Amino acid sequence: MTQEAVAEKKTNPIVPFMRIPEKYPAEEAYFWGMECGACGTKFLGERIACGKCGATDKLREVRYGHDGNLYVFAVVHQSMPGVEVPFVAGIIDLDDGISVRANVYGLDAARPDPSWFGKRVKMYSEVVSQDKEGNDVVAAKFKVQD
Amino acid sequence: MRDVAIVGANMLKFGRYPEKDVVQLASEAAIGALKDAGISINDVQLVSSGNLYQSNAMVGQRIMKEIGATGVPVINVSNACATGSTAFREAYYAVASGAYDIVMAVGSEQMGKMGLLGGGGGGDRAYSTEGVMGTGIMPGVFGQAGVEHMRKYGTTQEQIAKIGVKASKHGEANPYAMYRQSKNLEEILNARVVAWPNTLYMCCPTSDGAAAAILMSAEKAKQYTSKPVWVAASVLTSDPYSDRNPTMFDINTLTKNAAKEAYEKAGLGPEDLSMVELHDCFATAELVHYENLFLCGEGEAGKLIDEGATYNGGKIPVNVSGGLLSKGHPLGATGVANIVEIVWHLRGEAGDRQVKDAKVGLAHVIGLGSACTIHVLKK
Repeated sequence: MTQEAVAEKKTNPIVPFMRIPEKYPAEEAYFWGMECGACGTKFLGERIACGKCGATDKLREVRYGHDGNLYVFAVVHQSMPGVEVPFVAGIIDLDDGISVRANVYGLDAARPDPSWFGKRVKMYSEVVSQDKEGNDVVAAKFKVQD
Repeated sequence: MRDVAIVGANMLKFGRYPEKDVVQLASEAAIGALKDAGISINDVQLVSSGNLYQSNAMVGQRIMKEIGATGVPVINVSNACATGSTAFREAYYAVASGAYDIVMAVGSEQMGKMGLLGGGGGGDRAYSTEGVMGTGIMPGVFGQAGVEHMRKYGTTQEQIAKIGVKASKHGEANPYAMYRQSKNLEEILNARVVAWPNTLYMCCPTSDGAAAAILMSAEKAKQYTSKPVWVAASVLTSDPYSDRNPTMFDINTLTKNAAKEAYEKAGLGPEDLSMVELHDCFATAELVHYENLFLCGEGEAGKLIDEGATYNGGKIPVNVSGGLLSKGHPLGATGVANIVEIVWHLRGEAGDRQVKDAKVGLAHVIGLGSACTIHVLKK
């Protein structure tokens, strides 16, 4: 390696409330956040106070699991340039008591249906792009569990 | 608090004005409102200006430089889609508090053809989550709000589309609307899907526009008009904590809170309303707001539109202006324009679309993120 060797390429989460384990992809990425020890409310990502009760000294970090169910969705057919459409834009209630936005796969986007409500879904992750510095960017996605 | 009357009201037809700038649009609306009130800019003691996209560019002061820079206090307000209505509320409190007797609220926006998808931009696009991890832009967000109603109450896309049919029919009668073409249910449902369940005609177009109102104390109002319109309630709420928010924006809780407070302040109930102008940025939004404003019971919004109750001439006419779906939605102007529409009806000056015997009207706006304003106006 010469001294001009490029800096080691990193693998970054697309949002700050996702973490990429050192052993990624052998070990799956996950959502994390904080839980208020005073009122029990959970949040995504870092914070300095509880957004519900205002407590500032009772927050602890929590790691969220991969399983949940599809609360509601929209099927987006028109989006910004470069976005692949249509996609199922879901609101997922994780079993660990927090909700996240994500694309949901394994559903026929051409036939939105009430039977989708409450479907069990599981998180996985993928490299979706490279940033300006050449780092991989990883996003969370959800797949319907049959 | 003192009673406050609206004595002057004016809006420009919403549409595209590429040949004008936002200050020209706002100035035209302001001059129209001044004339309507029978006063000049020299009588105005405070100006409250709502504009979103140029919120750092002193739009209020620029309007004054255009129409008469008298040196009075000027406030520039931005509050997402509730920008204009929040500017109106600042004007209301300036008079209600006793500090000023004659105040002007003006709302303006120039959006060109950017669309509700918005600009985005800035930062590294590699970290844009849109379409990669769900959606955060308006058509999807309001699509989800409608789908939540489907989940809870079994509402159908067809019922939501009926709101689009109504909007287009009402819009046809309003010369101030951008789109004036009645569409039937098939045309609405078969239009291209933007974000299911909303098709193209269930999404409001963006537009340029401006609107203005002159507010006065009771004593001053008596000098200038025989047809004052009284502000019976002016309410502003933000979204309190609720589960899933802001992963999924909650447009319901803060609207319900605002409605309860507004009815209480006005000493009126939903049964007393002659008309409602509510924030139908999408057909799905109008659906949920029927319940949020207590125009019907929880879960009954689908039935309300099925029965045609919200048509002009129905039990509770909603958006007889054609709503944002027909008028367009110039963000900073929208909230003032809703109020202007109701003023015209309460004065009996709304032409072909006049709501019969209009006595009380409610104007509702939501700015996502969120801010909700409700104004109850009465004769």
